[in-house]
Amino acid sequence: MKVAHVNQLLSIVLLPFLNLLTAFIVTTLLFLMVGIDPWEAAKILVKGAFGYEEGIGYTLYYTTNFIFTGLAVAVAFHAGLFNIGGEGQAYIGGLGVGLVALGLGALLPAWLLLPLAMVAAAVFGAAWAAIPAYLQAYRGSHIVITTIMFNFLAASLMVYLLVNVFAEPGQMVPASRAFADSASLWSWQEFMAYWGIEFAASPLNLSIILALICCVMVWLFLWKTRWGYELRTVGANPDAAIYAGINPKRIIMLAMLLSGALAGLVAVNELLGVQHRLLLGFNTGYGFAGIAVALMGRNHPLGVLLAALLFGALYQGGAELAFEIPSVTRDMVVVIQGLIILFSGALEFMYRAPLQRWLLRFAREA
Amino acid sequence: MSKYLLALVVSSLSTMAMAEEIKPAIVYDLGTKFDKSFNEGVSNGAKRFTEETKLEVREFEPANDSQIEQAIRKMASRGSDPVISVGFSQANALGIVAKEFPKTSFTIIDMVVDQPNVRSVTFKEEQGSFLVGALAAMASKTGKIGFVGGQDIALIRKFACGYEQGAKHVNKQIEVFQNMTGSTGAAWNNPSKGGELAKSQFDRGADVVFAAAGGTGIGVYQAAKDNGKFAIGVDSNQNHLQPGTMLTSMIKRVDNAAYDTFKAKMDGAWQAGVVSLGLAEKGVGWAVDEHNEALVKPYMEKMAELEKGIIDGSIKVHDYMTDNKCEY
Repeated sequence: MKVAHVNQLLSIVLLPFLNLLTAFIVTTLLFLMVGIDPWEAAKILVKGAFGYEEGIGYTLYYTTNFIFTGLAVAVAFHAGLFNIGGEGQAYIGGLGVGLVALGLGALLPAWLLLPLAMVAAAVFGAAWAAIPAYLQAYRGSHIVITTIMFNFLAASLMVYLLVNVFAEPGQMVPASRAFADSASLWSWQEFMAYWGIEFAASPLNLSIILALICCVMVWLFLWKTRWGYELRTVGANPDAAIYAGINPKRIIMLAMLLSGALAGLVAVNELLGVQHRLLLGFNTGYGFAGIAVALMGRNHPLGVLLAALLFGALYQGGAELAFEIPSVTRDMVVVIQGLIILFSGALEFMYRAPLQRWLLRFAREA
Repeated sequence: MSKYLLALVVSSLSTMAMAEEIKPAIVYDLGTKFDKSFNEGVSNGAKRFTEETKLEVREFEPANDSQIEQAIRKMASRGSDPVISVGFSQANALGIVAKEFPKTSFTIIDMVVDQPNVRSVTFKEEQGSFLVGALAAMASKTGKIGFVGGQDIALIRKFACGYEQGAKHVNKQIEVFQNMTGSTGAAWNNPSKGGELAKSQFDRGADVVFAAAGGTGIGVYQAAKDNGKFAIGVDSNQNHLQPGTMLTSMIKRVDNAAYDTFKAKMDGAWQAGVVSLGLAEKGVGWAVDEHNEALVKPYMEKMAELEKGIIDGSIKVHDYMTDNKCEY
């Protein structure tokens, strides 16, 4: 075995597995301390996430959101940018969807309206990311700070719009009126029924196909196009990129626009697919979870897909767990998620050095 | 209050024999169960029910909007009955699920869902606010009183409108200052801004202030204490928070709404439809306890008279939500 092979094996298979295992061991200890049977809990969690059609539907529905935000973080990361603003970009993407669906819903047929709404989600998300991107590229304001601040700006803007502009009169709920029927993406149930297959009702909808397409497109873009190469070059070494004739400012803009567009697509899943109205806080948590998903997925679309599936399963299985065992509160589920993020994100390299040494010695002896 | 409780206990004892075994469940509003306000009120009602009947109440705290529908559906499909859905944000989800489970009884609090198997419980907040407004006007020496709202939404304007009407009923010349804390959800938990708003109202001459602002109210009460003015609490009885400063609290009995739903189901008396709990149903009111007894003593007679007037209809309190206006 060569060093490169060892490293690859390490980072793709062994390390994520060990990190996850550590997180689960700590979770087990935690459960034992609170007096919950960890084996029982694990069974409920897995069964809740994958054991029946409705559960699978919910798992994949969450997965869809995490793929979008995970890819968003990953694309920016390859350009050396840490986009913390997925939360706000997704929210403003929802504004794009809302404007198209509410404004043109009565006029356009579904085949025209839906793509238009999706484009609007991406464009609005990208536009929201464009300002921090510009500030980073041309003014040197750090992208982490500006994107975080833009999350708050997005939240304030949306509350203002929902309470004062979109809300129906006489209603307490800060939400818009329901979209026209043409502005509704097929749910998975309807989609399967079209092929004559029965599937239980769940929020899963055709957005998941869009998410999978995005995975492939991001992979093609990053590794098979000149732009993708330039983007990765800037991320690896901006000075070398300039020396090679690449304009890092342009690349920063490009990466952030793409990143914002991907995050904006969360609104397609949430609003066109599930809620069919513009409402307060539909984006809650997905943008931030996307950071963890990208970290865990090593910023590779396939890794993001797998990590998104894991987080989707944790969200759904966790809800099931909170439902089945009263002593597992919602906060407990957040703790499990936090442990996974801690061990596979923050302590990503904890096992790396010792394992590498051990593996290399093993390889030399063999 | 204790008489009321006693009556409940007695009636529960007498019906115990023929009570049905039920599987009650609650899906809470977004936020947490222990929010010192809305959810916690419901949870207290459930606790009371469990203590009396030894029946466990199944509970779920949703973490996002899509979990609400999922949770209500799951409760219903596991045979929970009745299922209480807490808060106006659950109306959409409940509308869908209630259709799927026509045999299950659902109760929604703070919102109306028009289905044959849903009981919608709303509160006449304007009546409770009217009473505390009248009390504020009577207790005020300057002829100026204040109102601090949380998030600027219709529900809070309803509180403000009732408060103003009550004050004007007692004293036509009274001036009522109104301030909302903000336009985001953060306005429910911003004590420092609440304190500043209260102080500015005191500076303009107000000497009683009513806070309908969730956690923001804590700052309002503190400011009232620091400036030697009176404050009025909201939702649950908050008189104990600043004894001597708290003139009273306008109470909204969400705990009763939860308790009564379970109890009625047990006795076979649960009914679908829209119930609006006002003063007459003891759904809203004003709190008198050992912390404010001395303060409100001079006004007890007048307050009783007003209560009677509202209950028998001789005093009409306008509801802001009916026309989004505060004209009366």
